[in-house]
Amino acid sequence: MKTEIPTSSTGHLDRFNLARAVQMLGPFLVLAFVIGFFAVIMPSEISQTFFSAYNFKLILTQTVIVAIGSLGMTMIIVSGGIDLSVGSVVALTSVLGAVLIKAGVSMGAMIVAVLATGGMIGLINGTIISLFRMTPFIVTLGMLGIARGLAKKLADNQTVNLPDIALPSVGMFMADPAPNGYYVAPGIAIAIDLAIIMALVLNRSVFGRYIFAIGSNEATARLCGVRTRLVKLSVYMLSGVFFGLAGLMQFSRLRQGDPSTAVGIELDMIAAVVIGGASLNGGTGSIMGSMIGALTMAVLRSGSTQIDWPNYVQEIIIGVVIILAVGLDKWRQSRSQS
Amino acid sequence: MIVPRLRIVEVRKSFGATQALRQVSLSVGPGEVHALIGENGAGKSTLMKILSAAHLQDSGDIQLDGNFYAPRTPQAARSAGVAMIYQELSLVPHLSVEENILLGSEPRQWGWIDRKERRRRAVSALEQLHQSHLPLDAPVHQLPIARQQMVEIARALIGSPRVLIMDEPTSSLSKEDTKVLFKVILRLRDRGVSIIYISHFLEECLELATHYTVLRDGESVGTGRMKREALPEITRLMVGRELNEIYPHTPHAIGAPLLEVTQLKGVKKPLNVSFKLRSGEILGIAGIVGAGRTETLRALFGLDPQIGGDVKLRGICCNRLPPRAWLQRRVGYLSENRKEEGLMLHRNIGDNLFLSNYRPCISGGFIKQRRQESLAARWISLLGIKARHPSQNLHELSGGNQQKVALGRLLHHDAEILLLDEPTRGIDVGSKSQIYKTMGELAAKGKSVVFISSYLPELLGVCDTIGVMCRGTLSALRPASEWTEQDIVAAAIGQNEN
Repeated sequence: MKTEIPTSSTGHLDRFNLARAVQMLGPFLVLAFVIGFFAVIMPSEISQTFFSAYNFKLILTQTVIVAIGSLGMTMIIVSGGIDLSVGSVVALTSVLGAVLIKAGVSMGAMIVAVLATGGMIGLINGTIISLFRMTPFIVTLGMLGIARGLAKKLADNQTVNLPDIALPSVGMFMADPAPNGYYVAPGIAIAIDLAIIMALVLNRSVFGRYIFAIGSNEATARLCGVRTRLVKLSVYMLSGVFFGLAGLMQFSRLRQGDPSTAVGIELDMIAAVVIGGASLNGGTGSIMGSMIGALTMAVLRSGSTQIDWPNYVQEIIIGVVIILAVGLDKWRQSRSQS
Repeated sequence: MIVPRLRIVEVRKSFGATQALRQVSLSVGPGEVHALIGENGAGKSTLMKILSAAHLQDSGDIQLDGNFYAPRTPQAARSAGVAMIYQELSLVPHLSVEENILLGSEPRQWGWIDRKERRRRAVSALEQLHQSHLPLDAPVHQLPIARQQMVEIARALIGSPRVLIMDEPTSSLSKEDTKVLFKVILRLRDRGVSIIYISHFLEECLELATHYTVLRDGESVGTGRMKREALPEITRLMVGRELNEIYPHTPHAIGAPLLEVTQLKGVKKPLNVSFKLRSGEILGIAGIVGAGRTETLRALFGLDPQIGGDVKLRGICCNRLPPRAWLQRRVGYLSENRKEEGLMLHRNIGDNLFLSNYRPCISGGFIKQRRQESLAARWISLLGIKARHPSQNLHELSGGNQQKVALGRLLHHDAEILLLDEPTRGIDVGSKSQIYKTMGELAAKGKSVVFISSYLPELLGVCDTIGVMCRGTLSALRPASEWTEQDIVAAAIGQNEN
């Protein structure tokens, strides 16, 4: 037995990397399964439109908001926390954007204000969570109410409509520039770029390792000189900026400010992160996985709509897929351990 | 010929490509205390898991009182009369002592818990252990670890077991509690209960057991009558090599004072701790569990509040610094609780080694995975860590190897002062010896070590200077050669005032 142990033994190395690769593949398997499922059951005339490049772009556009939010949510969940206030923050920031544009503020200033507001709310959440050591679930549950209430107050409890002249510029982030071409809506490009940056930050930066460390064992992180409170605070604040950006995208898509929008969108993001292989106990998760998770849900929605299934069927199917995806992940982990 | 109580014949078990048990045979008579000895990773815990029905063996027979024994669930194992006391306490922290003792075997009537009967059984179980003074209604997490263990043992007694398996039951007990435990074990033995006693402390095995079996690399390599003359043979069988020096001595010179602590005071403990740590010195702190040794290091290292006193590092005042600041000054702390505080069990070896100092893994502003793995591989071979791969998760390693990773972090950090809290607790002799050797080598390089331990022979074997803590106060330090075990014990329980 002892002779098998040396780390230079390449056989072990290969098997190990293979196991890790399979681990990474998990979310892709779920996505492939969903696509395959639709390919099988769709009548050919529907499947032609479903499997078109145009529809793919459409699905990507529908993914953008959840995907951008999932970037922040992944960080938070990896750090061992949770954020339930995202839907309300998206509503608040999108209403804020509409109010500012209506008041004649420039696009640039509006964007800065929206992102700053998201970051500010994250900062408040993070401060309460890290300084007063309160449970993230409770703090963000409270913020869910506060931000939604503020959104309604700001919008005077109705949708904020914009002058026609402002609509094209507001809508540009989510508009397809060339329906038949290869270019995608700016929102998609932004989401992909940010995902790459965040994947690097989480996996390759010391800050990222600290986030994993805190989620894995906060006591150890403290022992090793990680400024746990500062890191947690930064995680919530940075995520808040992402949620603000998701709000901007929502505003751009609706082209109006609706204080009752995006209710429960945080649950979609949590589902995306979890389908992507994260554990709600913290310490595991990946940006790539979360993005595929978000895409999986968008594909499910789009496919169900095109088959013309009623809304309730969609909801049931998405629920089933979430449970199956996480169950599959658990099953693979228990197998790889034994 | 008497039928053995428990007979294990050529049991094998593999996990994938790893053979955890190659061939294990073991026979325990009724009313026998049988010591099961082996280094961590030798297969003791796998064997226990088979006995408690957590795993099923690939081949081989197990008989209990001559009957085929193959329980399907832990519950079935318990009702067959095989009870287990694990090294890691398996209590429910927020339930009371009484609820924990009867957990899973609550006396019922019409589906409701019979509270009177439950109390009666809990009281009687604790009486058998001479622990009637434990508060039955207190949540167990409020009790010190030694008391929690008594609760755990009381729970095992509930089913009137025929075979009781104890895994390192004394690793967190003070001498006094250990004595109480031994009395209980011997009384159980006299009532005909067979006890499999797993321990790294050979002295304990000698005191308790009549027979021993040694496991090495998943194989039972030797068995016989436990007696003092057998000890060298047992040690040889365990490690598979001669262990000439359990306490290897690296000559080292003691230099100028580095760290000066004056009248350090924490919230409850410590009350009054003063010492000077010199460069190249290994300073041992002895004492019973609860004397405030851990609290001293935690208050010093900024993990718990420092209420009073002065801490000076190289003559510079360093009161109330957070852990981060201490690490920047190259002072590192090894937690006594490696599972809950010391290590990230679900992260890989590399991340655990480098968490306090990622700098060497960084190039071009990013952590390079390759570089991290090759650096980790170096530490793995340097410290003799048994692992398949630098990216292996820590929970897959044995306790001794986990501890080497925890110590490796301080070495990687290049700490000048190492505060080690029970660094050898619950690990095998080979790993212990290696840790002693590392401490000696560090001292030879002019680094300083504070070494907390409840095991006197290792303190006397390794340290230059020893102080004894009693009720939150540290005695005057004396060279190790001026202490005897008796002196230390007397000082630890506050019997003499010198």
